Amino acid sequence: MAAIAEASLSAAETRKPRAIWVAIRRNPTIFVGSLVLAVLALMAIFAPLIAGDPLRMAPAERLRPPSETWWFGTDQFGRDVFARTVYGARVSLIVGITVALAASAIGLVIGLVCGYSRSVDGIVMRIMDGIMAIPSILLAIALITLTRPGLAIVLVAIIIPEVPRIVRLVRSVVLSIREQPYIESAIAGGTRGAKLLFKHILPNTVAPLIVQATYVCASAMLVEASLSFLGAGVPPEIPSWGNIISQGRSFFQIAPWSILIPGAFLTVTILAVNLVGDGLRDRLDPRLSRRM
Amino acid sequence: MNPQNSDAPSLEVENLVKHFPIFGGLLRRQVGSVKAVDGVTLSVRRGETLGIVGESGCGKSTLGKMVLKLIEPTSGTIRLAGVDITHLSPREMWPHRRRIQTVFQDPYSSMNPRLTAGSIVGEPLENFGIARGSEKEERVAQLFQRVGLRPENMRKYAHEFSGGQRQRLGIAKALAVNPDVIVADEPVSALDVSVQAQVLNLLIDLQEEHKLAYLFISHDLAVMRHISHRIAVMYLGRVVELADKRRLFTMPLHPYTEALLAAAPLPNPKKKRERLIIQGDVPSPAKPPSGCHFHPRCPFAIPACREVVPTLQEVSPGHHVACIRRPPESEPVPLTKTI
Repeated sequence: MAAIAEASLSAAETRKPRAIWVAIRRNPTIFVGSLVLAVLALMAIFAPLIAGDPLRMAPAERLRPPSETWWFGTDQFGRDVFARTVYGARVSLIVGITVALAASAIGLVIGLVCGYSRSVDGIVMRIMDGIMAIPSILLAIALITLTRPGLAIVLVAIIIPEVPRIVRLVRSVVLSIREQPYIESAIAGGTRGAKLLFKHILPNTVAPLIVQATYVCASAMLVEASLSFLGAGVPPEIPSWGNIISQGRSFFQIAPWSILIPGAFLTVTILAVNLVGDGLRDRLDPRLSRRM
Repeated sequence: MNPQNSDAPSLEVENLVKHFPIFGGLLRRQVGSVKAVDGVTLSVRRGETLGIVGESGCGKSTLGKMVLKLIEPTSGTIRLAGVDITHLSPREMWPHRRRIQTVFQDPYSSMNPRLTAGSIVGEPLENFGIARGSEKEERVAQLFQRVGLRPENMRKYAHEFSGGQRQRLGIAKALAVNPDVIVADEPVSALDVSVQAQVLNLLIDLQEEHKLAYLFISHDLAVMRHISHRIAVMYLGRVVELADKRRLFTMPLHPYTEALLAAAPLPNPKKKRERLIIQGDVPSPAKPPSGCHFHPRCPFAIPACREVVPTLQEVSPGHHVACIRRPPESEPVPLTKTI
């Protein structure tokens, strides 16, 4: 007993509280989430170095279970599920990040204008309500039947319905900031127009916007996977977790790995993004975390 | 009238009204209005402090915000040094903002949490093109010194200051553009009593230096007694009594003023005095009582009080009161003793 106590004491002594360690301890969710995302991002960036060709078919090696040669097994065409999963991370991360950035940027501009100007607000918010009512999956199917399937069209189809969510958030934050005494104080001090907007209002909307962007990112990844699963997403020659699952569907009973493994990657990625989002929310906006 | 008349009071308010509409029902039609300020007439001269005192909800702050044109008045006139600013658009109002500045009540929320103290104080200088760059820094440093803050603290954020220091920052910001009028909305009510006195004395010194006119809003009679020259007592959106400080404290004529003074604690607790204690709560400003707003709570009310709306009348030089039981020739004796 004494030995154990001594050992833990000396361990505590040697482990000096470094800044990183303190940050991790204070925010374990952000740490775990970003670690997972960092690993996935490295995997996606260095995919050609890690895995082989995700499209090469080996008919003799069809439906092999996970083994030393085929880590995640092979699918019905003899393609390497590991390579396909690693390359699939690219699509998910690109979709998540692009949609989050684009929807935030567009939503921020529209939201600021709506929160700031009463006359614009009435019209634009009704349009936003209309857009919000469009299901992104149906919009994507419609867009893809009109054009050629591709990553860009998927991005557009996901960004459009996400924008109103950001607009609503930014608008409500701007409206509440406008009532703050420091805004009245700035107006009384002669601050007006663009300066009032960019110096006093905009910086205070950033924190809730970042939090919302992480949720948009997670939801975009899910929508992309659903679209690809339905065949309305990225074309089959680009492996995405959604279309890997879709193609493995008919062989689920004999080759469950081709569905379970990309499915698990999708789940872990979404979980990681949400963990980062929750952590950031608690860190940046404690009032919001209590409300939700 | 000459708009730049130098004899004109720094700030004049005539018959100022603010009604906030209440919307209700299925069609969101206007079903009534909150008469926050209901016909207020006041004036503040150069170097003078006019105190506005009253319970919470009596319209003091709404009055202050209207004068600053942060709220659009429903009707009436506001004149700054003789210039009518009542219906100016925000763009037209802008050049006049230099003349009228404000010190806010809450030193914690009246400063942008993301700006440094120096940039908060320097912002009006920049806005009106008074000073830029190093010249601005110098001016801000001078202002810091004048209000009793160390110029080294310019790089700190507002939340790093104590409440009293923050209020000094607010005063420095108001002073930056050399205004004529400062609207101070409960500037010391969030501070400790010892700090209150320091901030009040600073305000008094600055007034003497710059011949500032203060519209000083407070619910605290001790603060009022310290800083005001004249005091207006407000009740449910109307001024019920307006007099010189000394007269108001020694010879209150309106029953509400009398009750308000009686409610304030005395420095000597052993001293006995006759107390006028009024019953009930302040009625809703959305449905104010008829006639004199104070009649349901007034111990001296007569049937006529229910019908007649009393106007503010000068009963003796400089002493105005809105009470039908106080005709101009009446004896200035507290009603407690007459009835």
